[in-house]
Amino acid sequence: MNQPTNEVQGIRRIIAASSVGTLIEWYDFYIFGSLATVIATQFFPKTNPTAALLSTFATFAAGFIVRPFGALVFGRLGDLIGRKYTFLLTLIIMGSSTFAIGLVPGYETIGFAAPILVLVLRLLQGLALGGEYGGAATYVAEHAPPKRRGFFTSWIQTTATLGLFLSLGIILITRHSLDIDRAKSIAKFNDWGWRIPFLVSIFLVVISVYIRLKMKESPMYAKLKIEGKTSSNPLKESFTHRSNLKMVLLALFGATMGQGVVWYTGQFYAQSFIENICKVDFEQSRTILIWAILFATPFFVFFGGWSDRVGREWIMMIGMLLAIITYRPLFGQLLSIADANNKIELPEQKQINTTINPFAHTGNSLRIVSTKHFFSDGMVMTETKTDTAYADLSKTTIKPDIKLSKLISKNDYWMMVAIVFLMIIYVTMVYGPIAAFLVEMFPTKIRYTSMSLPYHIGNGIFGGLTPFIALLLTTIYSTDKLVGLFYPMIVAGVCLLIGVLYLRNKIDSDVND
Amino acid sequence: MNTTKRIAGILWMIAGPTAIYYLIKTALSEISKKPVIDTKIQWAVFVIVFIPIAIGIVIFGYYAITGEYDRLPESSAEITDQ
Repeated sequence: MNQPTNEVQGIRRIIAASSVGTLIEWYDFYIFGSLATVIATQFFPKTNPTAALLSTFATFAAGFIVRPFGALVFGRLGDLIGRKYTFLLTLIIMGSSTFAIGLVPGYETIGFAAPILVLVLRLLQGLALGGEYGGAATYVAEHAPPKRRGFFTSWIQTTATLGLFLSLGIILITRHSLDIDRAKSIAKFNDWGWRIPFLVSIFLVVISVYIRLKMKESPMYAKLKIEGKTSSNPLKESFTHRSNLKMVLLALFGATMGQGVVWYTGQFYAQSFIENICKVDFEQSRTILIWAILFATPFFVFFGGWSDRVGREWIMMIGMLLAIITYRPLFGQLLSIADANNKIELPEQKQINTTINPFAHTGNSLRIVSTKHFFSDGMVMTETKTDTAYADLSKTTIKPDIKLSKLISKNDYWMMVAIVFLMIIYVTMVYGPIAAFLVEMFPTKIRYTSMSLPYHIGNGIFGGLTPFIALLLTTIYSTDKLVGLFYPMIVAGVCLLIGVLYLRNKIDSDVND
Repeated sequence: MNTTKRIAGILWMIAGPTAIYYLIKTALSEISKKPVIDTKIQWAVFVIVFIPIAIGIVIFGYYAITGEYDRLPESSAEITDQ
């Protein structure tokens, strides 16, 4: 009677210890992305081309190129020396890099050393993240009972989303708590307060390292080690042996590639689309995502658990299919909700505020005209036009800078939450069962290496590129605001086809081999 | 089903080089439109990152054509060959 209870308690401890560490790693990784604009002004001034170049490298290189390398480096280590010490190492590297970013003096204080240091630390973050996930998923799966592997590993799957939730939450709280006056608080945050979310990370990491140190090695890996059956060269065995390479390629093209784009479209491109294309206010666009994440997160566990009964493949494939079919109407609806042409303006309430700041010695001034438009449904649209008011009246600014920001009504706000929630449900369908799916594809002795690479190419490269490529497509083909969606739809379409044709909806009952 | 899998392999083998051709073509066109360092880096990264992936899908297609996916392994013993 006591044995199953102890077993359940044991696995719960394992899940908690693994998940907390993975969540912290995701949190660390996301705060850099969420604070990219503030970090750019501190470390990568646009006026200096070399610093701007380093900024591009920091965004691109660490975001997706380095992650598959991390998967190779730490995957190999995990198969050579064990899961426990490897993902302990990735946690320490991630935590100390994040903490160190919070300590690096700005460009104005130490010049070029600042962007170089930040770039190096960001690369370390990417490497660590590349090594963490495979370790945590493998570790939990190797402890889980065969019929509940999907359910238990799905807790690891919630961490990426919760890490984003935590990073957005801590950033918003810090941004508003540095001063009673909201504007002053934001100014302080942009000046020095942005360092707080980075520095806070060290406390979370210390606690997590302490918990992980108390964990034991995965029983399956420990058994292999005692029997002397561990791999002597996991990279060679994973990627040069045809029988394993074909499974790595199948995992990538038939599962993780589509899963990655569905994930990044639902959780990242949706927010970027609401903010940059629909022109919804900075904070509203983020809190919409926060609510949607909060409501959708339990579904990772639901679909992970369900995959133990009906198989992993079909849940993931249906998630991709739904995404492909509904992305255009859903994003079209987001666009329509925020479209001022669909609303009745209240012209009598219009407010115009003009500010003129003279430039020294020229007679010219910087003119900022802020116009507030009010609509019958409660939406307020602020149009800010910035140009130069020349002393010579015959001169005008050829292309004034015009910015739009919409504060949407309560009804529209919750409508957007519902749409993003639906897109995150697709994420939970494709992402909830994937850890169990990948673990079951590969043998214990090279599992860490073999599953980490397709996961990080699928998510880091195909997924991570989604917001960039989608945005790029909208700038190339500017007549269609939904054109960016073709990238995730095509990638998910190819993946769906490969998955349906070549994968098998089977649950592997034995991952001990 | 196995015949479909093998025939589709041809499609995957063609998909790799086609994707790279269009990627390079678009990259050159975009760089010539806006020849600043940011554009060059972005497109260079896309091309460098996607070339190995395109090679991967060609290999995948080749395996499909040769019948490697006609039957998936039932146990790890079938995967850990030498």
